[in-house]
Amino acid sequence: MILENNLLEVRNLKLYFNEGKSDEVKAVDDISFSIPIGKTLGLVGESGCGKSTTGRALLRLYDGVKGDIIYKGENILNKDSKSILAMRSKMQMIFQDPYASLNPRMNVADVVAEGIDIHNIAKNEKERIEKVYQALEKVGLNTEHASRFPHEFSGGQRQRIGIARALAVNPEFIVADEPISALDVSIQAQIINLLKSLQEEYKLTYLFIAHDLSMVRYISDRIGVMYFGKIVEIGNSNSICSNPMHPYTKALLSAIPIANPILERQRKRIHYDPSMHNYSSDNPKLREVSEDHFVYCSNAEFGQLKQTL
Amino acid sequence: MSNNRKILEVKNLVVSFKTFSGKVQAARGVNFYLNEGETLAIVGESGSGKTVASLMLLRLIQSSQMKVENGEILFYGRDLLTLSEKEMQNIRGKDIAMIFQDPMVSLNPTMRIGNQIMEGLIKHKKLSTDEAKRKVIELLILVGIPNPEERFKQYPFEFSGGMRQRAMIAMAIAMEPKLLIADEPTTALDVITQAQILEIIKNLQRTLKTSVIFITHNLGVVANVADRVAVMYAGQVIEVGTLDEIFYNPQHPYTWGLLASMPDMQIGKNQKLVAIPGSPPDLTNPPKGDAFAVRSKYAMKIDYETPPPIFQVSDTHFVSSWLLHPNAPAVNPPEIIKQRYKNFNSL
Repeated sequence: MILENNLLEVRNLKLYFNEGKSDEVKAVDDISFSIPIGKTLGLVGESGCGKSTTGRALLRLYDGVKGDIIYKGENILNKDSKSILAMRSKMQMIFQDPYASLNPRMNVADVVAEGIDIHNIAKNEKERIEKVYQALEKVGLNTEHASRFPHEFSGGQRQRIGIARALAVNPEFIVADEPISALDVSIQAQIINLLKSLQEEYKLTYLFIAHDLSMVRYISDRIGVMYFGKIVEIGNSNSICSNPMHPYTKALLSAIPIANPILERQRKRIHYDPSMHNYSSDNPKLREVSEDHFVYCSNAEFGQLKQTL
Repeated sequence: MSNNRKILEVKNLVVSFKTFSGKVQAARGVNFYLNEGETLAIVGESGSGKTVASLMLLRLIQSSQMKVENGEILFYGRDLLTLSEKEMQNIRGKDIAMIFQDPMVSLNPTMRIGNQIMEGLIKHKKLSTDEAKRKVIELLILVGIPNPEERFKQYPFEFSGGMRQRAMIAMAIAMEPKLLIADEPTTALDVITQAQILEIIKNLQRTLKTSVIFITHNLGVVANVADRVAVMYAGQVIEVGTLDEIFYNPQHPYTWGLLASMPDMQIGKNQKLVAIPGSPPDLTNPPKGDAFAVRSKYAMKIDYETPPPIFQVSDTHFVSSWLLHPNAPAVNPPEIIKQRYKNFNSL
């Protein structure tokens, strides 16, 4: 990959909670990845694997993050709180729960304009409301929705409001943290299609976090699979989905139910047992097994994977 | 597997709620039946009435705002809607049990897990505390909870989401119910835990011969667990059939839309998902004709005027759509559905 095209580069990111104590949690344990401009990295894994923590750490929502987060060539981990504020208008987040993430006492215009206000983007009230209308139109809502309150909307519409809020400040990078998990299947497809067309139109770069690989592959150029704070496999999304190599990825794929009874009857679930690896001595790390397809493995495992190609 | 003895029949159930914005017609004539030993999946989006229909089976909605306007729920021939609260208490938990969607809020946070599971055994089966405790430990093993003696004494907050759902299942099957209602039991869980929970429910059904109503909006889960499928939309069952009939010979445009909006693992990023446009109708003011008409590109004039009757496709397959009327024009279903028809012919 050509480095100059990367909007974001993460190197050796670590975030430990209760560090040094007996209840230490390695939420994010030495992970590295990069996302080129206008592309999507999907991050998948089961609950508690550290995928949301990774997304939040990128926006500097935690203290104590170690490693490098290089955004457009600058390491944002060294920045003071003032320059982080400026940076945040370029990095936005869409949240999982469209019910909890909108303030029920604010009308839609104020919800969407919050970022505009904080970053002083609008010169006057007229410009402010115009920007709100633009954002609402971008996500398929209309201007008359602006004066309503969140409880008047369905889950899918609320998620559109959340997306409009993120878009209102003209961001470059959006962390979408399980933006579809709380929605019905038919609405999930609407939101995925919306995010895709917005990406094409505004050259947005996404980190898309989810636990369901089947939806993730519709939007991702590359996919990273996380397990207990580590990325165990990362690469081109077609390659990850059609030729998973790490046993955990295989287990994850085999657990996704398919809306096809004939296939479903034939399928065998694969179980993953982390004790199958011997990582004590054999220098485990991410290694490139085939082009743009990296697997966390020991030297011996690497040899075996190479042979199966 | 199932035989053809109907243990449950819901006939023309109409339920409404009074709200500030008017009367909401949550169930607008729901019809379905359940055979002994089978799993019926009820699918549909939020607000389609699937949860209301299932809560009615246990008569769990006890609000003065709720009104059953019409219908019967025949459970082994007895109409549950006519029973007294006292009679209902003997059925609830014992003959009909339920697994709820959110294991976080449906367990009592101040009560030890073991004691919660024991409650029913002591009340319905009149077991002594010691007997009940032994039974609970067996149940915890059955649903795959390791260290059951230890876990018995713990509180819900010490359980993960998957473990809580296992505890809920243990509680539901403690009385060996004839009918188990599972309302989105895996929606709050990640895919790996979901697969484990589905496996547990299927195994229990095989060993206990329980009939199951499985409510979900995930068609992948349906393909995994169901024998028959009922598709609900706007408070009605609009299509019902065997698993293969619904997945490979769907006839209602809403069912087409649901199937087309599911991701298919064979397709990559460049494929656009086919979303159903719009959103479900407002049930305070349900449409006059076919409730799906405004979202369907196959809608005809009559769809906006008269609700469709139920057309029979096979012994087990029923569809409520004017498209099946002999005078309806032939329509061209989405490509993805035509591919499914090919599968049906080769079955």
